[in-house]
Amino acid sequence: MSDTAPNSFKNQPDERGHFGDFGGRYVAETLMPLILDLEREYRAAQADPAFAAQFDDLLEHYVGRPSPLYFAERLTEALGGAQVWFKRDELNHTGAHKINNCIGQILLAMRMGKTRIIAETGAGQHGVATATVCARFGLPCVIYMGAEDVKRQSPNVFRMKLLGAEVVPVTSGGATLKDAMNEGLRDWVANVHDTFYIIGTAAGPHPYPEMVRNFQSVIGTEARAQMLKRAGRLPDLLVACIGGGSNALGLFHPFLDDADVKMLGVEAAGHGLDGDEHAASLLGGAPGVLHGNKTYLLQDEDGQITDGHSISAGLDYPGIGPEHAWLKESGRVEYTAVTDDEALEGFQLLCRTEGIIPALEPSHAIAAVADRAKQMGEDEIILMNLCGRGDKDIFTVAEKLGVEI
Amino acid sequence: MTRLSNAFSKPHAAFVAFITAGDGDTAANLDALVAGGADVIELGMPFTDPMADGPAIQAANLRSLGAGTTTADVMQIAADFRARHPDVPLILMGYANPMIRRGPEWFADAASKAGVDGVICVDIPPEEDQALGPALRAKGIAPIRLATPTTDAARLPQVLEGSGGFLYYVSVAGITGKQQAATAAIEEAVGKLKAATDLPVAVGFGVRTPEQAAAIAAHADGVVVGSALVDLCGEFGKDAPAKLQELTTAMVSAIKQAPKASGT
Repeated sequence: MSDTAPNSFKNQPDERGHFGDFGGRYVAETLMPLILDLEREYRAAQADPAFAAQFDDLLEHYVGRPSPLYFAERLTEALGGAQVWFKRDELNHTGAHKINNCIGQILLAMRMGKTRIIAETGAGQHGVATATVCARFGLPCVIYMGAEDVKRQSPNVFRMKLLGAEVVPVTSGGATLKDAMNEGLRDWVANVHDTFYIIGTAAGPHPYPEMVRNFQSVIGTEARAQMLKRAGRLPDLLVACIGGGSNALGLFHPFLDDADVKMLGVEAAGHGLDGDEHAASLLGGAPGVLHGNKTYLLQDEDGQITDGHSISAGLDYPGIGPEHAWLKESGRVEYTAVTDDEALEGFQLLCRTEGIIPALEPSHAIAAVADRAKQMGEDEIILMNLCGRGDKDIFTVAEKLGVEI
Repeated sequence: MTRLSNAFSKPHAAFVAFITAGDGDTAANLDALVAGGADVIELGMPFTDPMADGPAIQAANLRSLGAGTTTADVMQIAADFRARHPDVPLILMGYANPMIRRGPEWFADAASKAGVDGVICVDIPPEEDQALGPALRAKGIAPIRLATPTTDAARLPQVLEGSGGFLYYVSVAGITGKQQAATAAIEEAVGKLKAATDLPVAVGFGVRTPEQAAAIAAHADGVVVGSALVDLCGEFGKDAPAKLQELTTAMVSAIKQAPKASGT
């Protein structure tokens, strides 16, 4: 925790893309001119009302925004403490928050005259969202996906193919998300003239962390206005799960300067933080440089990157967005971690109390909410981002519960 | 004169040979490169996520890490090389995270004690120089920068600022080991770079044959070969030294027959 709080928590990053000591542009020279060009084009788009109008129109009529703000009455009763409210981003087209960012980035790609889209995906949610916007705008699309993930997530692989994307299984390294990102960067460095890389979370070289956060901030901006209208006040605690951290930043960022609103980010503790099988970069990692930015990473004493583990394929990236690293060190946001088993309990709790099947990613946040709500008064409000629906996870859950389907 | 500047002051272009540390019997492999006539040794530090490298060097990284290579091992390999070859320049090439894990000062100090002459860090562009550059310069180690086909005239001065040793021109926008750029394009690019700096300019990425090396040597101050040598390490394992020496000898012979580039 720093000795003096900054005047605002919302004016990061600096002009070089640094969030305090984190973030930056740690890329090979071949990509550097392109990154600078991307930043110029993004600034121009930000200043262009027509860009914002097109983004807002697509979010309303294609994605289905604003997403509802929902008071989870039976869950609140079951927990016996603070009121629990959900921002329902699982009701978006494609079933998660990922689409918000993909709409923004593909509009920017077209503005820059790029004619080919690439992306990486872990569980396949960002791949599906990217394939969706590419189909919508008629651009060819290549999705890099770890060969292990291709096997584990075959329904999403089929969805991407239905949408016209080419899915390339990546066999290098451990054949998971970080290796898919390496392969995406290798493609980009060789095709910089016509290709736009749609990064799926608030990480990577500047301006990606800032840009993705801004596109996702629609979540928190809507939620803040909805909460003021429905409850007449701001929530006491915001909760969101964190893999790379884009859904959490999307919810948190518009509230950062509301000093009375506490925030809790929930990492994946996998089999427990005391062992090696987790994906909690902030709580169980150390600062380092990977994939274009300085941030907390899962790594050994020599700086070799170690594989993350989580029941949720969307959380097992060994890094985290650099703004979260800064928010942790500044003390503005509290971070905790939830195990596979606790997330599985959260998943079932929400199914039974609210008739909502959540994705395993926000099931981590539900477990944290269940813990905190009991410690808070009935007049207090928790707002959680329900960032994805669970249809994709029913096979994983059935296996963990020992059920054959 | 430093070991590096001496290497670029010979009557022929310098042959810069790259292999990955810990991939096979590295000491024997390095000795073979020197015996074959390599002017500069570029020793790769293995990393789990070598995102600027093609399949050949990716595989070498995995072989090395699979064999348990640590940063301490890399420094020991360098120190032992320096003891055996007091006059042959040695540079470390790798990625930021293993280099800054214990702090840039720790790394610069360890490299200095091991007799390292220069460092190429793929993913620290001039914009992030503070992450490693000041620590290297304080120890007299040359931070060697990369220029690429996408580095335009407006950006080049920033790339050159604070760099040392030589300028490494990446001849193709892409990853290591892939196709080579046309000789005419390389000649034009090297000409522009040499007009902007007094540093020697070495050209790499995609150079696999003595013929290609000779064509580049006619225009550049150095030729970098990596993937072709690394492939030999992977294919021949313990028997790699003889193969490495053979290819290096052929490369150096072809380079010596090429007319020396002017203006160094």
